[in-house]
Amino acid sequence: MVRAATIPRPREVEPQAEQRSLWRDALRRFLRNRLAVVSILVVLSLAVAAVFAGQIAPHDPSAQDCATGALRGSSADHLLGTDATCRDVLSRLIHGTRVSLSVGVLTAVAVFLVAVPIGALAALSTRLVDNLLMRFTDLTYAFPDLLMIILLSRVLADTAVPGGSVAIIILAISLVGWVTIARLVRAQMLLQREREYVQAAEAIGASRWRIAVTHLLPNSLGPVIVAVTFVVPQAIFAEAALSFIGIGVTPPQATWGGMVEAGYAAVYSVPMLVVYPAAAIAITMMAFTFIGDGLRDALDPRAVRGF
Amino acid sequence: MTGYVLRRLLWLAPVLFFVTLITFVLMHLVPGGPWDTNNRPMSPQLREQLESKYGLDDPVWQQFLTYSWNALQGDLGVSFQYQDRSVTEIIREGMEVSAVLGLMALAFALLVGVTLGVVAAVKQNSLIDYASVFLSTFAASTPSFVLGILLIVVFAVQLGWLPVFGWEKVWWLFPNWKQAILPTVTLGALPAAYVARITRASVLEVLQQDYVRTARAKGLHERLVLGRHVLKNAVVPILTVSGPIAASLVTGSFIVETVFAIPGLGKQFVAAVFQRDYGMIMGTTIFYAVVIAMANLVVDMMYVAVNPRIRY
Repeated sequence: MVRAATIPRPREVEPQAEQRSLWRDALRRFLRNRLAVVSILVVLSLAVAAVFAGQIAPHDPSAQDCATGALRGSSADHLLGTDATCRDVLSRLIHGTRVSLSVGVLTAVAVFLVAVPIGALAALSTRLVDNLLMRFTDLTYAFPDLLMIILLSRVLADTAVPGGSVAIIILAISLVGWVTIARLVRAQMLLQREREYVQAAEAIGASRWRIAVTHLLPNSLGPVIVAVTFVVPQAIFAEAALSFIGIGVTPPQATWGGMVEAGYAAVYSVPMLVVYPAAAIAITMMAFTFIGDGLRDALDPRAVRGF
Repeated sequence: MTGYVLRRLLWLAPVLFFVTLITFVLMHLVPGGPWDTNNRPMSPQLREQLESKYGLDDPVWQQFLTYSWNALQGDLGVSFQYQDRSVTEIIREGMEVSAVLGLMALAFALLVGVTLGVVAAVKQNSLIDYASVFLSTFAASTPSFVLGILLIVVFAVQLGWLPVFGWEKVWWLFPNWKQAILPTVTLGALPAAYVARITRASVLEVLQQDYVRTARAKGLHERLVLGRHVLKNAVVPILTVSGPIAASLVTGSFIVETVFAIPGLGKQFVAAVFQRDYGMIMGTTIFYAVVIAMANLVVDMMYVAVNPRIRY
């Protein structure tokens, strides 16, 4: 990535000037974005809640405390009250963090690991592979995303996939999601291949493999990382939506989407039962979206954006 | 242009073939059949009868060929769940509802999005600008069913102004406006935020053009500058994104239809997946694929219409 030339101020011309690399500049730009930094803190605390859910949650998320009763408001013992089957809402919320975060992050990781090699292969290899990928994306775009995810998760649920319903959802969302990212990787690498520095590397006799790994890939990665960050909220949404429809994570396990669905039946008597998990989903998705926005400004400062 | 459209329509054939094939294979990978989920146990004789009635005892490749041949003639078979009703009929019924909901959401998105975007751009860096930026960031990162349920909690449960759910046709294809308002807003919020972003960026860009400065310099009223010069030129990117938005609204209302108990195609599809109703799943998938392909074609043609510099 070529940085726009700035007028050097005297301080920066001194030999002891601070070293400025691409990534350090990006970090500096990211930290300047307050919303993104706050979002990082939000995500970190969610991650702590997910990892230590067993220790933090005041109750067993599946334990039915029928001495207290169902659909009770907040009390000292149950801070956010109990649900329709006398389970502690706060504990279920905390345990639900595990599902949402693991689906979001693991899907993004899976998509990244699949899309980068395939996109790179399409960009660098023969036209045949390239055409194959492009026609395959045409095909994928012919299905509405959510329809395909619903269909796949249903099919996978009936064929034994190890890892249970959370793994099935991650698999279904990744199978639909990698295509867009692979296309982006391909486009980015094709763009970089035309740059002068690649010609220079060719001129000094660098091998194709070396050019691909040390030049094309790292320089293409900025926009790809940004796009993959936006996969996280999309996957969190897809999981919550599936669990809400009743196709997602299997019931006894606490998930935010499932809690919304269960609470929806009692929306007239105890609306807060729906509001808590709904707010949790919205806050988490928003945090990841802001992080994505911050990363885009940091890694891809010339990207056109509305706001 | 005609040649381009013809080529695109021809390309539709292999895409639809593979969509059919993939869905068909997926359906048949699953062990079990459409009658497994019934509560009543079924005698082997009855099952055999049903399977031969629907051709499920033929080899899979033969079933696929029969299905494709019938689909080519516009016959998408019968639903296993609603016996004796054709899939085409059920899809048409559901589509009427989904299309009305989707188009209302599109109208909402364009109205709100363009207004917000123009106001934000004209009053750049004012309080109104920041408010609309915040509003659309919120709408863009809140999932539809969360927004829908929050709206229900506020407007239906707490205030009691609007019904929680339902969709009864009162005038032609349209429901009671009270029933329509919450689902329309829920479905339209995300595209409204998107349209607002694009409108703001586009108007800001046009405002910097020389011809706008000229129009102002010659003393044209600000309202005329905006209406005649700015908006007319800023509308191009808005127009081009409304195609994919329309397609995604009409085909993507699974969640909103489930939240508000609206008998649209999305809700029917979810029910069909649950019941493993092969006929309905296949029919809906193919139908959606056709809608999306046509929408993409229209969008690409619109690009040419609004931007004469693009040639095919």
